[in-house]
Amino acid sequence: MEKTIKGKAFVLGDNIDTDQIIPAEHLVYSMSDPKESQLYGKFALSSVPQKESGLPMGNIPFVKEGEEFSEYTIIIGGSNFGCGSSREHAPFALMKAGVKAVVAESFARIYYRNSVDGGFVIPYEAKEKLNDVISTDDEVEIMLNENKLINNTTQKVYALNPLGDILPIIEAGNLFEYARKSGMIA
Amino acid sequence: MGMTITEKILAKGAGKNSVVPGENVWLNVDVLMTHDVCGPPTISIWKKEFGEKAKIWDKQKLVIFPDHYIFTSNPHANRNVEVLRSFAKDYDVQNYYDVGTDRYKGVCHIALAEEGYNIPGTILFGTDSHTCTSGAFGMFSTGVGNTDAAFILGTGKIWEKVPESLLFTFDGELPSFITAKDLILRVLGDITTNGGTYRALEFNGDAIFSLSVDERMTLTNMAIEAGAMNGIIEADEIIENYVKERSEKSYELFQSDGDAKYKQKYHYKASEFEPLVAKPHSPDNVDTVQNVKGRKLTKCYIGSCTGGKLSDFVSAAKFLFGNEVKVPTFIVPASTAVARQLEIETVSGVSLKEIFEKSSCVVAQSSCAACLGGPMDTIGRAKDNEIIISTTNRNFPGRMGSKKSEVYLASPLTVAASALTGEITDPRDYM
Repeated sequence: MEKTIKGKAFVLGDNIDTDQIIPAEHLVYSMSDPKESQLYGKFALSSVPQKESGLPMGNIPFVKEGEEFSEYTIIIGGSNFGCGSSREHAPFALMKAGVKAVVAESFARIYYRNSVDGGFVIPYEAKEKLNDVISTDDEVEIMLNENKLINNTTQKVYALNPLGDILPIIEAGNLFEYARKSGMIA
Repeated sequence: MGMTITEKILAKGAGKNSVVPGENVWLNVDVLMTHDVCGPPTISIWKKEFGEKAKIWDKQKLVIFPDHYIFTSNPHANRNVEVLRSFAKDYDVQNYYDVGTDRYKGVCHIALAEEGYNIPGTILFGTDSHTCTSGAFGMFSTGVGNTDAAFILGTGKIWEKVPESLLFTFDGELPSFITAKDLILRVLGDITTNGGTYRALEFNGDAIFSLSVDERMTLTNMAIEAGAMNGIIEADEIIENYVKERSEKSYELFQSDGDAKYKQKYHYKASEFEPLVAKPHSPDNVDTVQNVKGRKLTKCYIGSCTGGKLSDFVSAAKFLFGNEVKVPTFIVPASTAVARQLEIETVSGVSLKEIFEKSSCVVAQSSCAACLGGPMDTIGRAKDNEIIISTTNRNFPGRMGSKKSEVYLASPLTVAASALTGEITDPRDYM
């Protein structure tokens, strides 16, 4: 597990549901074929209403027209990030786009499980509502050992909730690696 | 200390005498359900992780219903069904309900009930968020992603955090113009889309136990719209009779103890309900039909695991009988069994199907269809800036297709009344 995650922040509002993260019409692509599965990255966050895409300004595309990767590494959300359907394609799409972590006030259960058990993107709960105080394009850094987020653009530091019970799964890589390490499966 | 029904079932599944909310437990899974959207990636992960030795933990406990993208020319979608078909053949999966055969069932959550997979006291996991629907049978059921499902497929086990429970009691008799959809919309308006996150929603009260099996499933179905892990109703005689007609499996009935601990309890008087809608773009953006009536519509939609059951069409047919719809109206029976019932059930001697066709509705084949948009050629899919009223479960931006469309969620009575006027209409105006 990396000790720090560093990059540009992309800021979103509350209740970002899985239909906004990856619209249902795109759920047909292979998730195992390297080339085809990159389409999930291309269409990540493509159904977020434009004025709410890249706050506080809005109208900022997460993935630029014609590209398959995003320039943003860390997503800053609000409450109930990932609500809606069970599609694992949601955290998968964010990972394919290049996202390493989502920091939000709270997460929907299935999205949270999928992020962790699939080993796609680290879901970090913030102790406060960071989507009000961090701006899209800010340079931010997450210190995993210290459970904090530093905004290098504003020089402010924010506390994150420890990952708790799920840390061993994140450290192992995913649910299967964790189960192998702990002797549950061969 | 007493336990809730959810805690009791999870304790049994974990092989423990008791569990407490917040505790992580490993559960033995009774049934794993998957479909055409999440089945192929689940199988792919299972093969990759378990390698050559990959073995289904218990074939009888795996159920596969293709249901999402069925009647489409989309090659990727059709390839997904082909993946399921080959998998079922290669691994001799008996509980596979193939498209294009008379085994095809339609929407998984309704088919699970109809085919006798919903058994009180058991634990069901499915690769679909609306798997919580099965909680209407006094069982624990919840949605998971592909990785978790692949893990279950190989081991029969999965971890879960025991949820706190919220109790919703509905006392008294429901007015004739109110359906379970109005009840759950009220709950969503009150606790919002994250009020149930990592929690169980338990429903009781005489108004609940007077509901049909179909209507109970509408309630538990939308528990996920509050972010809940599961929705649950204790099984009573109505449920037992339904189960016994479809399964020979023995079962155990669980009830919450009198001193069970709830995070919060909510009381509602059934007689005080009025028809509700969820306005765009969230299921908790709830208002009364009275406050939004007159809103012009471009389309009406009655279908899905939430609002495409026989009871939903019986409700709608009462208004549509002998009348003409003013805007395109889609009738999408959730399952093929419901579709057959449309030809058998009658109002004043006329079959429901004939009533819908005579009122100029489009009667479509059973599948998830436009509830979640789907491929471009999906019947009823939202186009451009359409304004739709629907019996489905979600109205997030772009959920039914076009990102510019607006979706109102409502009961089958409200949707049928609105179809007759072309604008949002209070069902009481037609009663």
